[in-house]
Amino acid sequence: MKLRELAHSRAGDKGDTSNLSLIAYHDRHYEHLRRHATAAAVRAHLGDLVRGDVVRHELPTLGAFNFVITHALGGGVTRSLAIDAHGKSLSSALLELEIPDPDDGAAPMR
Amino acid sequence: MTRSAIRLGAGAGYSGDRIEPAVELVERGDIEYLVFECLAERTIALAQQARRRDPEAGFDPLLDSRMRAVLGAAVARGVRIVTNMGAANPVAAAERTATVARELGLGKVRLAAVCGDDVLAHVLEGDYRFEETGTAVRDLAGRIVSANAYLGVGPICDALGTQAHVVITGRAADPALFLAPLVHEFGWAMDDWAALGQGTVVGHLLECAGQITGGYFADPGVKHVPGLARLGFPIGEVEANGDLVVTKVAGSGGCVSAATCKEQLLYEIHDPAKYFQPDVVADFSKVRIEEIGPDRVRVVGGTGAAPTGMLKVSVGYVDSYVGEGQISYAGTGAVARGRLALEVVRERLRITGVRMSESRFDLIGVDALHGARDRRGAAEPYEVRLRVSGRADSMHEAARIGNEVETLYTNGPAGGGGVSKHAREVVAVQSVLVPAGAVTPSVRIVEARS
Repeated sequence: MKLRELAHSRAGDKGDTSNLSLIAYHDRHYEHLRRHATAAAVRAHLGDLVRGDVVRHELPTLGAFNFVITHALGGGVTRSLAIDAHGKSLSSALLELEIPDPDDGAAPMR
Repeated sequence: MTRSAIRLGAGAGYSGDRIEPAVELVERGDIEYLVFECLAERTIALAQQARRRDPEAGFDPLLDSRMRAVLGAAVARGVRIVTNMGAANPVAAAERTATVARELGLGKVRLAAVCGDDVLAHVLEGDYRFEETGTAVRDLAGRIVSANAYLGVGPICDALGTQAHVVITGRAADPALFLAPLVHEFGWAMDDWAALGQGTVVGHLLECAGQITGGYFADPGVKHVPGLARLGFPIGEVEANGDLVVTKVAGSGGCVSAATCKEQLLYEIHDPAKYFQPDVVADFSKVRIEEIGPDRVRVVGGTGAAPTGMLKVSVGYVDSYVGEGQISYAGTGAVARGRLALEVVRERLRITGVRMSESRFDLIGVDALHGARDRRGAAEPYEVRLRVSGRADSMHEAARIGNEVETLYTNGPAGGGGVSKHAREVVAVQSVLVPAGAVTPSVRIVEARS
Protein backbone atom coordinates (compact mmCIF):
# COMPACT_ATOMS: atom_id res chain seq x y z
CA MET A 1 0.00 0.00 0.00
CA LYS A 2 1.00 3.60 -0.34
CA LEU A 3 2.20 5.54 2.69
CA ARG A 4 -0.71 7.89 1.98
CA GLU A 5 -3.14 5.33 3.42
CA LEU A 6 -1.54 5.39 6.87
CA ALA A 7 -0.08 8.86 7.25
CA HIS A 8 -0.17 12.48 6.15
CA SER A 9 2.62 14.93 5.39
CA ARG A 10 3.47 18.61 4.94
CA ALA A 11 6.60 19.98 3.29
CA GLY A 12 8.58 22.93 4.60
CA ASP A 13 11.60 24.75 3.22
CA LYS A 14 14.61 26.62 4.58
CA GLY A 15 17.11 27.59 1.92
CA ASP A 16 18.07 24.48 -0.04
CA THR A 17 16.84 22.13 2.72
CA SER A 18 13.41 20.55 2.64
CA ASN A 19 11.64 18.98 5.59
CA LEU A 20 8.82 16.50 5.18
CA SER A 21 6.73 15.55 8.17
CA LEU A 22 5.11 12.12 8.24
CA ILE A 23 2.28 11.79 10.73
CA ALA A 24 0.42 8.54 11.42
CA TYR A 25 -3.36 8.80 11.32
CA HIS A 26 -3.33 6.28 14.18
CA ASP A 27 -0.65 5.86 16.81
CA ARG A 28 -0.79 2.06 16.44
CA HIS A 29 0.80 2.39 13.00
CA TYR A 30 3.78 4.35 14.30
CA GLU A 31 6.00 1.26 14.74
CA HIS A 32 5.06 -0.06 11.32
CA LEU A 33 5.99 3.28 9.78
CA ARG A 34 9.18 3.40 11.82
CA ARG A 35 10.19 0.03 10.40
CA HIS A 36 9.35 0.75 6.75
CA ALA A 37 9.56 4.53 6.19
CA THR A 38 13.25 4.64 7.00
CA ALA A 39 15.59 7.40 5.95
CA ALA A 40 17.16 4.99 3.45
CA ALA A 41 13.78 4.00 1.99
CA VAL A 42 12.78 7.63 1.60
CA ARG A 43 16.16 8.51 0.07
CA ALA A 44 15.79 5.72 -2.49
CA HIS A 45 12.15 6.64 -3.20
CA LEU A 46 12.93 10.30 -3.93
CA GLY A 47 15.84 9.25 -6.16
CA ASP A 48 17.24 12.06 -8.28
CA LEU A 49 14.53 14.49 -7.17
CA VAL A 50 16.91 15.55 -4.40
CA ARG A 51 20.70 15.60 -4.26
CA GLY A 52 21.51 15.50 -0.52
CA ASP A 53 21.10 13.20 2.46
CA VAL A 54 17.94 12.28 4.32
CA VAL A 55 17.92 12.40 8.13
CA ARG A 56 14.89 11.10 10.02
CA HIS A 57 13.87 12.51 13.41
CA GLU A 58 11.43 10.43 15.45
CA LEU A 59 8.60 11.91 17.52
CA PRO A 60 6.92 8.93 19.21
CA THR A 61 4.81 11.19 21.46
CA LEU A 62 3.13 12.59 18.35
CA GLY A 63 3.19 9.39 16.29
CA ALA A 64 5.22 11.33 13.77
CA PHE A 65 8.56 11.65 11.96
CA ASN A 66 10.40 14.56 10.42
CA PHE A 67 12.58 13.91 7.36
CA VAL A 68 15.20 16.59 6.74
CA ILE A 69 16.63 16.53 3.22
CA THR A 70 19.62 18.62 2.17
CA HIS A 71 20.26 19.91 -1.37
CA ALA A 72 16.62 19.25 -2.10
CA LEU A 73 15.46 22.46 -3.73
CA GLY A 74 17.62 23.18 -6.77
CA GLY A 75 19.94 25.53 -4.89
CA GLY A 76 17.25 26.98 -2.66
CA VAL A 77 13.81 28.47 -2.94
CA THR A 78 15.15 31.85 -3.98
CA ARG A 79 17.29 30.45 -6.85
CA SER A 80 15.48 27.34 -8.08
CA LEU A 81 14.36 27.03 -11.71
CA ALA A 82 11.68 24.50 -10.73
CA ILE A 83 7.99 25.22 -11.20
CA ASP A 84 7.55 24.40 -7.49
CA ALA A 85 10.57 26.24 -6.13
CA HIS A 86 9.56 25.63 -2.48
CA GLY A 87 9.25 21.90 -3.02
CA LYS A 88 5.79 22.15 -1.46
CA SER A 89 4.58 19.18 -3.51
CA LEU A 90 7.36 16.88 -2.23
CA SER A 91 4.98 15.85 0.57
CA SER A 92 2.79 14.22 -2.08
CA ALA A 93 5.82 12.46 -3.58
CA LEU A 94 6.72 11.08 -0.12
CA LEU A 95 3.22 9.66 0.41
CA GLU A 96 3.56 7.60 -2.81
CA LEU A 97 6.16 5.37 -1.11
CA GLU A 98 5.01 1.74 -1.17
CA ILE A 99 5.09 -0.07 2.18
CA PRO A 100 3.70 -3.45 3.31
CA ASP A 101 0.26 -3.68 4.89
CA PRO A 102 0.52 -3.34 8.66
CA ASP A 103 0.63 -6.71 10.44
CA ASP A 104 -2.49 -6.06 12.52
CA GLY A 105 -4.59 -6.73 9.43
CA ALA A 106 -6.79 -3.69 10.01
CA ALA A 107 -8.33 -1.94 7.03
CA PRO A 108 -6.53 1.23 5.97
CA MET A 109 -7.40 3.93 8.45
CA ARG A 110 -8.53 7.31 7.26
CA MET B 1 -0.83 43.38 37.01
CA THR B 2 -0.14 40.20 35.12
CA ARG B 3 -2.99 38.29 33.50
CA SER B 4 -3.81 34.63 34.11
CA ALA B 5 -4.43 33.93 30.42
CA ILE B 6 -4.45 35.77 27.11
CA ARG B 7 -5.89 35.13 23.67
CA LEU B 8 -3.71 35.77 20.60
CA GLY B 9 -5.08 35.80 17.07
CA ALA B 10 -3.05 35.21 13.93
CA GLY B 11 -4.28 37.59 11.23
CA ALA B 12 -2.01 36.61 8.33
CA GLY B 13 0.31 33.74 7.48
CA TYR B 14 2.07 35.50 4.61
CA SER B 15 2.18 38.86 2.90
CA GLY B 16 -0.66 38.29 0.44
CA ASP B 17 -3.00 36.44 2.83
CA ARG B 18 -6.77 36.93 3.04
CA ILE B 19 -7.88 39.97 5.04
CA GLU B 20 -11.46 39.19 6.24
CA PRO B 21 -10.40 36.42 8.66
CA ALA B 22 -8.39 39.03 10.58
CA VAL B 23 -11.42 41.31 10.77
CA GLU B 24 -13.44 38.35 12.06
CA LEU B 25 -10.81 37.71 14.75
CA VAL B 26 -10.89 41.31 15.98
CA GLU B 27 -14.66 41.58 15.95
CA ARG B 28 -15.65 38.13 17.16
CA GLY B 29 -12.51 36.43 18.47
CA ASP B 30 -12.41 38.02 21.94
CA ILE B 31 -8.64 38.42 21.52
CA GLU B 32 -6.15 40.70 23.25
CA TYR B 33 -3.50 40.60 20.51
CA LEU B 34 -3.65 40.30 16.73
CA VAL B 35 -0.41 39.27 15.04
CA PHE B 36 0.31 39.58 11.31
CA GLU B 37 3.32 37.55 10.09
CA CYS B 38 3.97 38.77 6.56
CA LEU B 39 7.72 38.64 5.90
CA ALA B 40 9.12 35.72 3.91
CA GLU B 41 12.84 34.97 3.72
CA ARG B 42 13.55 36.97 0.59
CA THR B 43 10.85 39.64 0.90
CA ILE B 44 13.00 41.96 2.95
CA ALA B 45 15.72 42.00 0.27
CA LEU B 46 13.16 43.01 -2.36
CA ALA B 47 11.78 45.61 0.08
CA GLN B 48 15.28 46.98 0.61
CA GLN B 49 15.61 47.46 -3.17
CA ALA B 50 12.25 49.25 -3.21
CA ARG B 51 13.37 51.53 -0.38
CA ARG B 52 16.52 52.43 -2.27
CA ARG B 53 14.38 53.62 -5.18
CA ASP B 54 11.94 55.47 -2.85
CA PRO B 55 12.90 56.34 0.79
CA GLU B 56 9.22 56.25 1.82
CA ALA B 57 8.77 52.70 0.47
CA GLY B 58 10.07 49.31 1.58
CA PHE B 59 7.23 48.10 3.79
CA ASP B 60 4.52 45.54 3.09
CA PRO B 61 2.35 46.50 0.09
CA LEU B 62 -0.83 45.36 1.89
CA LEU B 63 -0.10 47.27 5.13
CA ASP B 64 -2.51 50.06 4.22
CA SER B 65 -5.37 47.67 3.32
CA ARG B 66 -4.88 45.50 6.41
CA MET B 67 -4.72 48.44 8.79
CA ARG B 68 -7.74 50.09 7.20
CA ALA B 69 -9.66 46.83 7.68
CA VAL B 70 -8.79 46.13 11.34
CA LEU B 71 -7.40 49.23 13.06
CA GLY B 72 -10.72 50.87 13.95
CA ALA B 73 -12.17 47.79 15.61
CA ALA B 74 -8.81 46.95 17.22
CA VAL B 75 -8.44 50.38 18.84
CA ALA B 76 -12.08 50.38 19.96
CA ARG B 77 -11.75 46.97 21.59
CA GLY B 78 -8.25 47.39 22.98
CA VAL B 79 -6.79 44.70 20.73
CA ARG B 80 -3.08 45.35 20.24
CA ILE B 81 -1.49 44.61 16.89
CA VAL B 82 2.00 43.16 16.41
CA THR B 83 3.35 42.74 12.88
CA ASN B 84 6.53 42.46 10.82
CA MET B 85 4.93 44.38 7.94
CA GLY B 86 7.59 47.05 8.45
CA ALA B 87 9.90 44.91 6.27
CA ALA B 88 12.78 47.18 5.22
CA ASN B 89 11.21 50.36 6.59
CA PRO B 90 9.31 49.99 9.91
CA VAL B 91 9.29 53.75 10.58
CA ALA B 92 7.65 54.53 7.23
CA ALA B 93 5.18 51.71 7.94
CA ALA B 94 4.33 53.29 11.32
CA GLU B 95 3.88 56.66 9.65
CA ARG B 96 1.59 55.16 7.02
CA THR B 97 -0.42 53.45 9.78
CA ALA B 98 -0.67 56.82 11.58
CA THR B 99 -2.08 58.30 8.37
CA VAL B 100 -4.68 55.51 8.25
CA ALA B 101 -5.58 56.15 11.92
CA ARG B 102 -6.04 59.88 11.22
CA GLU B 103 -8.11 59.23 8.10
CA LEU B 104 -10.35 56.88 10.08
CA GLY B 105 -10.64 59.48 12.86
CA LEU B 106 -9.53 57.07 15.58
CA GLY B 107 -8.35 59.74 18.04
CA LYS B 108 -5.02 59.19 19.76
CA VAL B 109 -3.22 56.15 18.41
CA ARG B 110 0.35 55.22 19.27
CA LEU B 111 2.52 53.25 16.86
CA ALA B 112 5.91 51.78 17.76
CA ALA B 113 8.49 50.90 15.10
CA VAL B 114 11.16 48.36 16.01
CA CYS B 115 14.42 49.21 14.22
CA GLY B 116 17.94 47.88 14.20
CA ASP B 117 17.62 44.60 12.32
CA ASP B 118 19.48 46.13 9.34
CA VAL B 119 23.09 45.00 9.86
CA LEU B 120 24.32 45.40 6.28
CA ALA B 121 27.24 47.67 7.21
CA HIS B 122 28.41 45.32 9.98
CA VAL B 123 28.22 42.24 7.76
CA LEU B 124 30.11 43.93 4.91
CA GLU B 125 32.88 45.06 7.27
CA GLY B 126 33.18 41.70 9.02
CA ASP B 127 34.83 38.46 7.98
CA TYR B 128 31.66 36.43 7.55
CA ARG B 129 31.01 33.28 5.56
CA PHE B 130 27.64 31.97 4.40
CA GLU B 131 26.30 29.05 6.42
CA GLU B 132 24.93 27.35 3.30
CA THR B 133 27.94 27.39 0.98
CA GLY B 134 30.92 28.53 3.06
CA THR B 135 31.54 31.33 0.53
CA ALA B 136 32.99 34.57 1.94
CA VAL B 137 30.35 37.29 2.08
CA ARG B 138 32.83 39.82 0.73
CA ASP B 139 33.19 37.80 -2.49
CA LEU B 140 29.65 38.93 -3.32
CA ALA B 141 30.12 42.47 -1.96
CA GLY B 142 29.03 44.41 -5.06
CA ARG B 143 25.85 42.33 -5.43
CA ILE B 144 24.61 42.36 -1.82
CA VAL B 145 21.39 44.31 -1.32
CA SER B 146 20.47 43.60 2.29
CA ALA B 147 21.47 41.95 5.56
CA ASN B 148 18.86 41.72 8.28
CA ALA B 149 19.15 40.05 11.66
CA TYR B 150 16.32 38.01 13.12
CA LEU B 151 15.55 40.03 16.27
CA GLY B 152 14.19 38.38 19.41
CA VAL B 153 11.48 39.49 21.82
CA GLY B 154 13.53 42.18 23.62
CA PRO B 155 12.73 45.22 21.47
CA ILE B 156 9.16 44.04 20.81
CA CYS B 157 8.58 43.88 24.60
CA ASP B 158 10.11 47.36 24.91
CA ALA B 159 7.66 48.58 22.28
CA LEU B 160 4.72 46.91 24.08
CA GLY B 161 5.92 48.62 27.26
CA THR B 162 5.24 52.02 25.65
CA GLN B 163 1.51 51.09 25.54
CA ALA B 164 1.60 51.34 21.74
CA HIS B 165 -1.56 50.14 20.02
CA VAL B 166 0.49 48.80 17.12
CA VAL B 167 4.04 47.41 17.09
CA ILE B 168 5.68 47.21 13.66
CA THR B 169 8.95 45.38 13.15
CA GLY B 170 11.20 44.59 10.23
CA ARG B 171 13.01 41.26 10.39
CA ALA B 172 12.26 39.47 13.66
CA ALA B 173 12.04 35.75 14.36
CA ASP B 174 8.47 34.84 13.35
CA PRO B 175 7.60 33.12 16.66
CA ALA B 176 8.93 36.18 18.55
CA LEU B 177 5.94 38.19 17.29
CA PHE B 178 3.78 35.91 19.48
CA LEU B 179 6.30 35.16 22.21
CA ALA B 180 6.80 38.87 22.99
CA PRO B 181 3.18 39.50 24.10
CA LEU B 182 3.43 36.40 26.33
CA VAL B 183 6.68 37.60 27.95
CA HIS B 184 5.19 41.08 28.29
CA GLU B 185 1.91 39.94 29.84
CA PHE B 186 3.14 37.10 32.03
CA GLY B 187 6.44 38.63 33.06
CA TRP B 188 8.41 35.51 32.08
CA ALA B 189 12.10 35.69 32.98
CA MET B 190 14.41 35.69 29.96
CA ASP B 191 16.17 32.63 31.39
CA ASP B 192 12.98 30.63 31.98
CA TRP B 193 13.87 28.30 29.12
CA ALA B 194 10.85 26.04 29.64
CA ALA B 195 8.42 28.96 29.36
CA LEU B 196 10.27 30.51 26.41
CA GLY B 197 10.37 27.11 24.69
CA GLN B 198 6.64 26.52 25.14
CA GLY B 199 6.00 30.14 24.10
CA THR B 200 7.96 29.40 20.93
CA VAL B 201 5.65 26.43 20.31
CA VAL B 202 2.73 28.88 20.58
CA GLY B 203 4.33 31.23 18.07
CA HIS B 204 5.41 28.51 15.68
CA LEU B 205 1.92 26.98 15.63
CA LEU B 206 0.12 30.28 15.05
CA GLU B 207 2.50 32.13 12.72
CA CYS B 208 1.17 30.62 9.48
CA ALA B 209 -2.41 31.52 10.41
CA GLY B 210 -4.79 29.29 8.37
CA GLN B 211 -2.23 26.49 8.08
CA ILE B 212 -3.34 25.26 11.53
CA THR B 213 -7.10 25.72 11.08
CA GLY B 214 -7.42 23.40 8.11
CA GLY B 215 -5.69 25.45 5.42
CA TYR B 216 -3.11 23.58 3.34
CA PHE B 217 -4.46 20.34 4.83
CA ALA B 218 -7.48 19.11 2.85
CA ASP B 219 -7.01 15.99 0.71
CA PRO B 220 -10.39 14.68 -0.51
CA GLY B 221 -10.99 11.08 0.48
CA VAL B 222 -8.39 11.21 3.23
CA LYS B 223 -8.50 14.54 5.06
CA HIS B 224 -11.75 16.48 4.99
CA VAL B 225 -11.91 20.20 5.77
CA PRO B 226 -15.20 22.13 5.61
CA GLY B 227 -15.49 25.71 4.42
CA LEU B 228 -12.05 26.47 2.94
CA ALA B 229 -13.42 29.53 1.13
CA ARG B 230 -14.15 31.14 4.47
CA LEU B 231 -11.43 29.62 6.59
CA GLY B 232 -11.23 30.95 10.13
CA PHE B 233 -7.79 31.99 11.38
CA PRO B 234 -6.46 30.61 14.68
CA ILE B 235 -6.77 31.84 18.22
CA GLY B 236 -4.26 30.73 20.83
CA GLU B 237 -5.51 30.73 24.41
CA VAL B 238 -2.37 30.81 26.51
CA GLU B 239 -2.16 30.36 30.25
CA ALA B 240 0.50 32.02 32.39
CA ASN B 241 2.51 28.75 32.42
CA GLY B 242 2.45 28.66 28.60
CA ASP B 243 -0.15 25.89 28.23
CA LEU B 244 -1.94 26.44 24.93
CA VAL B 245 -5.36 25.74 23.49
CA VAL B 246 -5.65 26.31 19.73
CA THR B 247 -9.12 27.22 18.52
CA LYS B 248 -10.92 29.55 16.09
CA VAL B 249 -14.02 31.73 15.88
CA ALA B 250 -17.18 29.61 16.19
CA GLY B 251 -18.96 29.24 12.86
CA SER B 252 -15.95 30.10 10.71
CA GLY B 253 -14.71 27.63 8.08
CA GLY B 254 -11.94 25.10 8.54
CA CYS B 255 -11.18 22.85 11.49
CA VAL B 256 -8.68 22.56 14.34
CA SER B 257 -7.67 18.98 15.11
CA ALA B 258 -4.71 17.10 16.54
CA ALA B 259 -3.69 16.33 12.96
CA THR B 260 -3.73 19.97 11.79
CA CYS B 261 -1.68 20.93 14.85
CA LYS B 262 0.87 18.15 14.28
CA GLU B 263 1.38 19.17 10.63
CA GLN B 264 1.99 22.76 11.64
CA LEU B 265 4.25 21.86 14.59
CA LEU B 266 6.63 20.07 12.22
CA TYR B 267 6.36 22.66 9.43
CA GLU B 268 9.73 24.16 8.43
CA ILE B 269 11.70 22.68 11.32
CA HIS B 270 14.73 20.42 11.22
CA ASP B 271 15.75 18.72 14.50
CA PRO B 272 12.55 19.05 16.61
CA ALA B 273 14.66 19.06 19.78
CA LYS B 274 16.68 22.06 18.60
CA TYR B 275 14.66 24.86 17.07
CA PHE B 276 17.09 27.76 17.14
CA GLN B 277 15.60 31.09 18.12
CA PRO B 278 17.19 34.38 19.24
CA ASP B 279 15.98 33.96 22.85
CA VAL B 280 15.92 30.19 23.31
CA VAL B 281 16.73 26.89 21.65
CA ALA B 282 13.24 25.44 21.72
CA ASP B 283 12.59 21.72 22.13
CA PHE B 284 9.40 20.44 20.44
CA SER B 285 10.26 16.76 20.89
CA LYS B 286 8.17 16.24 24.03
CA VAL B 287 5.14 18.26 22.96
CA ARG B 288 1.79 16.59 23.66
CA ILE B 289 -1.28 17.36 21.56
CA GLU B 290 -4.81 16.46 22.64
CA GLU B 291 -8.28 17.21 21.26
CA ILE B 292 -10.37 18.53 24.17
CA GLY B 293 -13.50 19.68 22.30
CA PRO B 294 -14.81 20.64 18.89
CA ASP B 295 -12.10 22.74 17.21
CA ARG B 296 -10.21 22.91 20.52
CA VAL B 297 -6.77 21.32 20.79
CA ARG B 298 -4.53 21.48 23.85
CA VAL B 299 -0.78 21.71 23.23
CA VAL B 300 1.66 21.41 26.13
CA GLY B 301 5.16 20.15 26.87
CA GLY B 302 7.34 22.47 24.81
CA THR B 303 10.58 23.32 26.55
CA GLY B 304 13.99 24.73 25.74
CA ALA B 305 17.55 25.62 26.57
CA ALA B 306 19.75 28.72 26.53
CA PRO B 307 20.21 30.36 23.11
CA THR B 308 23.52 30.22 21.24
CA GLY B 309 24.27 33.94 21.50
CA MET B 310 24.39 34.18 17.70
CA LEU B 311 21.66 35.75 15.59
CA LYS B 312 20.79 34.48 12.13
CA VAL B 313 21.17 37.16 9.49
CA SER B 314 19.55 36.81 6.06
CA VAL B 315 21.76 38.30 3.36
CA GLY B 316 20.05 39.18 0.08
CA TYR B 317 22.11 39.45 -3.11
CA VAL B 318 21.57 39.67 -6.83
CA ASP B 319 22.31 36.10 -7.84
CA SER B 320 21.41 35.79 -11.50
CA TYR B 321 18.71 36.36 -14.11
CA VAL B 322 16.13 33.76 -15.01
CA GLY B 323 14.26 33.58 -18.28
CA GLU B 324 11.25 31.38 -18.92
CA GLY B 325 8.80 30.54 -21.67
CA GLN B 326 5.72 28.32 -21.89
CA ILE B 327 3.46 27.02 -24.67
CA SER B 328 0.62 24.46 -24.75
CA TYR B 329 -0.30 21.57 -27.06
CA ALA B 330 -3.58 19.62 -27.10
CA GLY B 331 -5.23 16.53 -28.50
CA THR B 332 -3.87 13.21 -29.69
CA GLY B 333 -0.10 13.36 -29.89
CA ALA B 334 0.12 16.39 -27.56
CA VAL B 335 2.93 14.81 -25.55
CA ALA B 336 4.88 13.92 -28.70
CA ARG B 337 4.56 17.47 -30.05
CA GLY B 338 5.53 18.85 -26.64
CA ARG B 339 8.65 16.68 -26.61
CA LEU B 340 9.50 17.70 -30.17
CA ALA B 341 9.07 21.35 -29.18
CA LEU B 342 11.41 20.89 -26.20
CA GLU B 343 14.04 19.43 -28.53
CA VAL B 344 13.62 22.34 -30.92
CA VAL B 345 14.06 24.92 -28.15
CA ARG B 346 17.05 23.03 -26.75
CA GLU B 347 18.72 23.07 -30.16
CA ARG B 348 17.81 26.71 -30.83
CA LEU B 349 19.34 27.84 -27.52
CA ARG B 350 22.51 25.99 -28.57
CA ILE B 351 22.59 27.28 -32.17
CA THR B 352 21.96 30.89 -31.15
CA GLY B 353 24.49 30.70 -28.34
CA VAL B 354 22.33 31.67 -25.36
CA ARG B 355 24.64 31.47 -22.36
CA MET B 356 22.96 29.61 -19.47
CA SER B 357 24.58 28.17 -16.37
CA GLU B 358 21.59 25.94 -15.63
CA SER B 359 18.32 25.03 -17.37
CA ARG B 360 15.21 22.90 -17.16
CA PHE B 361 12.97 21.47 -19.89
CA ASP B 362 9.62 20.34 -18.50
CA LEU B 363 6.26 19.20 -19.82
CA ILE B 364 3.68 20.40 -17.31
CA GLY B 365 1.19 17.64 -16.63
CA VAL B 366 3.79 15.01 -17.54
CA ASP B 367 7.14 15.48 -15.80
CA ALA B 368 7.40 19.10 -14.56
CA LEU B 369 7.10 18.47 -10.82
CA HIS B 370 8.89 15.23 -10.02
CA GLY B 371 10.50 14.10 -13.27
CA ALA B 372 9.60 10.95 -15.15
CA ARG B 373 7.90 8.90 -12.41
CA ASP B 374 6.49 5.45 -12.97
CA ARG B 375 3.15 5.98 -14.76
CA ARG B 376 2.45 2.48 -16.04
CA GLY B 377 -1.17 2.09 -17.04
CA ALA B 378 -1.82 5.82 -17.15
CA ALA B 379 -3.33 7.10 -20.38
CA GLU B 380 -1.51 9.99 -22.03
CA PRO B 381 -2.75 13.40 -20.93
CA TYR B 382 -4.98 15.24 -23.40
CA GLU B 383 -2.90 18.37 -23.13
CA VAL B 384 0.59 19.36 -22.08
CA ARG B 385 2.34 22.62 -21.42
CA LEU B 386 6.00 22.98 -22.23
CA ARG B 387 8.13 25.01 -19.86
CA VAL B 388 11.73 25.99 -20.46
CA SER B 389 13.57 27.85 -17.73
CA GLY B 390 17.23 28.89 -17.64
CA ARG B 391 19.70 30.87 -15.57
CA ALA B 392 21.83 33.56 -17.20
CA ASP B 393 24.10 36.35 -16.06
CA SER B 394 22.19 39.25 -17.60
CA MET B 395 18.56 40.23 -18.16
CA HIS B 396 19.24 40.47 -21.91
CA GLU B 397 20.53 36.92 -22.07
CA ALA B 398 17.69 35.61 -19.88
CA ALA B 399 15.08 37.19 -22.17
CA ARG B 400 16.42 35.16 -25.11
CA ILE B 401 15.24 31.94 -23.43
CA GLY B 402 11.55 32.88 -23.52
CA ASN B 403 11.99 34.26 -27.03
CA GLU B 404 13.10 30.84 -28.26
CA VAL B 405 9.91 29.35 -26.85
CA GLU B 406 7.81 32.06 -28.49
CA THR B 407 9.30 31.37 -31.92
CA LEU B 408 7.70 27.92 -31.71
CA TYR B 409 4.53 29.69 -32.89
CA THR B 410 5.69 29.91 -36.48
CA ASN B 411 8.68 27.55 -36.40
CA GLY B 412 7.74 24.67 -34.09
CA PRO B 413 5.32 21.72 -34.06
CA ALA B 414 1.66 22.07 -35.06
CA GLY B 415 -1.01 23.57 -32.83
CA GLY B 416 1.02 25.29 -30.13
CA GLY B 417 -0.84 28.03 -28.28
CA GLY B 418 -0.89 30.34 -25.26
CA VAL B 419 2.75 31.39 -25.09
CA SER B 420 3.88 33.18 -21.98
CA LYS B 421 7.41 34.38 -21.37
CA HIS B 422 9.26 36.47 -18.86
CA ALA B 423 12.70 37.25 -17.52
CA ARG B 424 13.49 38.43 -14.00
CA GLU B 425 16.35 39.38 -11.75
CA VAL B 426 16.87 36.79 -9.03
CA VAL B 427 17.58 38.15 -5.59
CA ALA B 428 18.67 35.13 -3.58
CA VAL B 429 19.17 34.77 0.14
CA GLN B 430 21.83 33.07 2.22
CA SER B 431 22.53 33.41 5.92
CA VAL B 432 25.37 34.24 8.27
CA LEU B 433 25.50 34.08 12.07
CA VAL B 434 26.35 37.33 13.86
CA PRO B 435 27.07 37.77 17.60
CA ALA B 436 23.92 39.07 19.29
CA GLY B 437 26.02 41.87 20.82
CA ALA B 438 26.70 43.31 17.36
CA VAL B 439 23.00 44.06 16.86
CA THR B 440 21.45 47.07 18.63
CA PRO B 441 17.68 47.24 18.27
CA SER B 442 15.73 50.37 19.11
CA VAL B 443 12.13 51.58 19.25
CA ARG B 444 10.73 54.69 17.55
CA ILE B 445 7.33 56.04 18.56
CA VAL B 446 4.93 57.65 16.09
CA GLU B 447 1.75 59.31 17.46
CA ALA B 448 -1.42 59.89 15.45
CA ARG B 449 -4.03 62.40 16.63
CA SER B 450 -7.36 63.14 15.05
